[in-house]
Amino acid sequence: MNQWEVVIGLETHVQLATASKIFSGASTAFGAAPNTQASPVDLALPGVLPVLNKGAVECAIRFGLAVDAQVAGKSVFARKNYFYPDLPKGYQISQFELPVVQGGHVAIAVGQGDKAYEKRVQLTRAHLEEDAGKSLHEDFHGKTGIDLNRAGTPLLEIVTEPDMRSSDEAVAYARALHALVRWIGICDGNMQEGSFRCDANVSVHRPGTPFGTRREIKNLNSFRFLKEAIEYEIRWQIETLEEGGTIQQATVLFDPATGETRSMRTKEDAHDYRYFPDPDLLPLVISPEWIARTKAALPELPEARKQRFIADYGLSAYDATTLTAALETAAYFEAAVAVAGKPGAKPCANWVMVDLAARLNKEGLEITQSPVTAAQLGGLVARITDNTLSNAIAKKVFEALWAGEGSSADEIIEKQGLKQITDTGAIEKLVDEVLAANAANVAEFKAGKEKAFNALVGQVMKAAKGKANPQQVNELLRQKLAG
Amino acid sequence: MIHASLKELAAALAAKTLSSVELTQLYLDRIARLNPELNAFITTDPERSLAAARLADARIAAGQAGPLTGIPIAQKDIFCAEGWRTTCGSKMLENFISPYDATVITRLEREAGMVSLGKANMDEFAMGSSNETSWFGPVQNPWDKTRVPGGSSGGSAAAVAAALAPVATGTDTGGSIRQPAALCNLTGLKPTYGVVSRYGMIAFASSLDQAGPMARSAADCALLLNAMAGFDDKDSTSLERPSEDYCRCLGQPLQGLKIGLPREFFGEGCAAGVMAAVQAAIDEYKRLGAELVEVSLPNSHLSVPAYYVIAPAEASSNLSRFDGVRYGYRAPEYRDLSDMYCKTRAQGFGAEVKRRILIGTYVLSHGYYDAYYLQAQRIRRLIADDFVAAFRQCDVILGPTSPSTAFKQGEKAADPVQMYLSDIYTIAVNLAGLPGMSLPCGFDDQGLPIGMQLIGNYFDEARLLNVAHAYQQASDWHRRTPAGLE
Repeated sequence: MNQWEVVIGLETHVQLATASKIFSGASTAFGAAPNTQASPVDLALPGVLPVLNKGAVECAIRFGLAVDAQVAGKSVFARKNYFYPDLPKGYQISQFELPVVQGGHVAIAVGQGDKAYEKRVQLTRAHLEEDAGKSLHEDFHGKTGIDLNRAGTPLLEIVTEPDMRSSDEAVAYARALHALVRWIGICDGNMQEGSFRCDANVSVHRPGTPFGTRREIKNLNSFRFLKEAIEYEIRWQIETLEEGGTIQQATVLFDPATGETRSMRTKEDAHDYRYFPDPDLLPLVISPEWIARTKAALPELPEARKQRFIADYGLSAYDATTLTAALETAAYFEAAVAVAGKPGAKPCANWVMVDLAARLNKEGLEITQSPVTAAQLGGLVARITDNTLSNAIAKKVFEALWAGEGSSADEIIEKQGLKQITDTGAIEKLVDEVLAANAANVAEFKAGKEKAFNALVGQVMKAAKGKANPQQVNELLRQKLAG
Repeated sequence: MIHASLKELAAALAAKTLSSVELTQLYLDRIARLNPELNAFITTDPERSLAAARLADARIAAGQAGPLTGIPIAQKDIFCAEGWRTTCGSKMLENFISPYDATVITRLEREAGMVSLGKANMDEFAMGSSNETSWFGPVQNPWDKTRVPGGSSGGSAAAVAAALAPVATGTDTGGSIRQPAALCNLTGLKPTYGVVSRYGMIAFASSLDQAGPMARSAADCALLLNAMAGFDDKDSTSLERPSEDYCRCLGQPLQGLKIGLPREFFGEGCAAGVMAAVQAAIDEYKRLGAELVEVSLPNSHLSVPAYYVIAPAEASSNLSRFDGVRYGYRAPEYRDLSDMYCKTRAQGFGAEVKRRILIGTYVLSHGYYDAYYLQAQRIRRLIADDFVAAFRQCDVILGPTSPSTAFKQGEKAADPVQMYLSDIYTIAVNLAGLPGMSLPCGFDDQGLPIGMQLIGNYFDEARLLNVAHAYQQASDWHRRTPAGLE
């Protein structure tokens, strides 16, 4: 009886990566001086009219196709009426009754290891709308400044069904959606600049009873805040209910400084937005041809690519998920495998996810900026799989490639004489020398100390300057010591 | 000269017997002399007008003149014009200088080379039928200064009727070109919705607003419409169609033309004098070879109620931008943001505008939307269907423009419903999006002008102008001018 079930639905505002605004020709570039990117239309001067940017529609179609949704043949722009200083027209152009994308779903992978599971989050809809401007309360001596550069920036608002049952699921969904919108090129995904922001609807109830009253946490612009805000909200709601209180429907804000949510407005003072179809815009008609053209131009989607990586390269689901988190990573991996060959797929995956990722992270670089190209990495992995290089030496070659000391792994191996010694005769000679010079270790080993064996291996590798094939060294040592 | 047609003026300019500067000065002098009383213009800027006239003269001298280059025009103060004060008849925009041009202004000034004489008075935000709601005061009807010129394009109508301008632009949301044309003995045309760009024309009711020409004859309207009409990619509701010459049918005979007479337009509620003049015009059309057909517009009695839901709904949203934040009037004192909004809008808007914002806000509110707004949209569809059915039987529809001639200043100001009913014959045309025009067809026993309305099928402006022009070739009502304004 003590169990509470959490119910979460997300509304995500995705800023579309168009060069100009959704209803005017002004630029959408971030960071310009206030009001320099606001045209007469964005300023809502008397008499101006909106004209729909087809690029924004194209983004919506791409998204609809990527989530297997219905792209509406006809959708309608509506006015959402309310007064606010950074809303210049006194209404926001959005979509209400007939959105451009209807239904769809996003696959999410939650947790790791034994607790890992997959799930589908159903989407209700996604609709096109314009962003508002910004109110600036600092630096104006008690007054408010208005910057309308952002006014009219195209947004796709993506709404889920109340399908998520934990903050982990909500974050997994947000991450999957974030990866997807970047993958299909409709959003730059920059969360600091507000290109991807979530509102979370959270409620709790006892299983088997109707859903509880929800509160909506507004404007969460990082995955960490999303998680913290939801978890605080869940705790607060459960505590409130267990103390005999009730939850009022409300809109709340999350304060990252305190880690708490606080109510902004309740249902009683909710706006009546007086939605009605915008008479300045015709219904948005999307032809089947337009949809087909867009579909043909769509890249292979992450889920399909993930399944292909598993099937074609024998990768684990976890590896395949990691490699398909971003289009650039997946492309890099496949380009490396193309050079390394299929047997090199698994080591390529490890190199991309571990060594390369760590090195890029350290330097603060994106994978597209990597000094080691995919072909170079593939060439390096090929020399590992054909036993030319040990892993230890391979790391040195990788560093040399990173530093630009050669154009390929082969060139560096040749120049620096790093080729692995696999000649049994040569290794045997080294082994004999080491055994002769380290009688004490030999005696310890024979007395049953396994550690002594490792010391001997280390000596042989040292003598070989690291280039001897470790497996052969092991085998020969065992033979000699047994003999 | 002040009563010459556009064609005659163009010929004089081309022959260089007259310069645009001289012609412009002539009108500016008349405005200076007569406007203080008539109040047809809110803003004039003689220097600016003369500069445009000099530019036009240079174009004429260079042989680059079009049919309207150098001809002066009055612009309804609803069109944004760069550098001009653009008030829309409201205190809210008393000090608003537009930083950009409406497409209509671009076409008439820059492309056609016309000379704007000033910004004509109008009902506040085009809401009114008498020009009495203007913040800048009422306009006198040149035919009787104690009477209204009609509205909302009352300043445009009075300016042309008093020969303060040879032609004017107007806009028509429920009859705002046709009714003042009727009350001032002018010819005015409201085109098919989407023919003239709405970009830069301050919105009243977006789905109904349409700009058009106001002039002394159908021929002048045709020339002016040629310059105003055409697709504009800045207006999503503008229609992409090949451009046409609206003068092309002017000389055609009316033999075989079928004129539909809707029985609903010939019932009660129309002044006897108006009815008699319209009947006489019908007889004239018969003589000109037209055939008369009785038609029916069974839902036309619903047009006024449907209009007074749809137009205020759109207006309530369109006028939200006048919030005191970015431009226009802001209350001098306020406590906080909400108080700033309330005081700014309470002080900046007049009573009629506030009434319509309240109605519009109400009909869009949660719980009322279906009963009012959606129901009105259904009626709108029925009204449009009535016209489609009627045009299966006839080519044009004829009836009175307004149920009465010009009324006294103040006569209907206290009774909004009486005022609304003066647009009873014109509103259905806007709801259906059809072209309609008004042209003079006589005078009542008090010597006040009477207008008749012609309604055409979609994109049939050229035919409407043809039908009007044929009548004006056979009559001289439109040539009559008010006394005492020479």
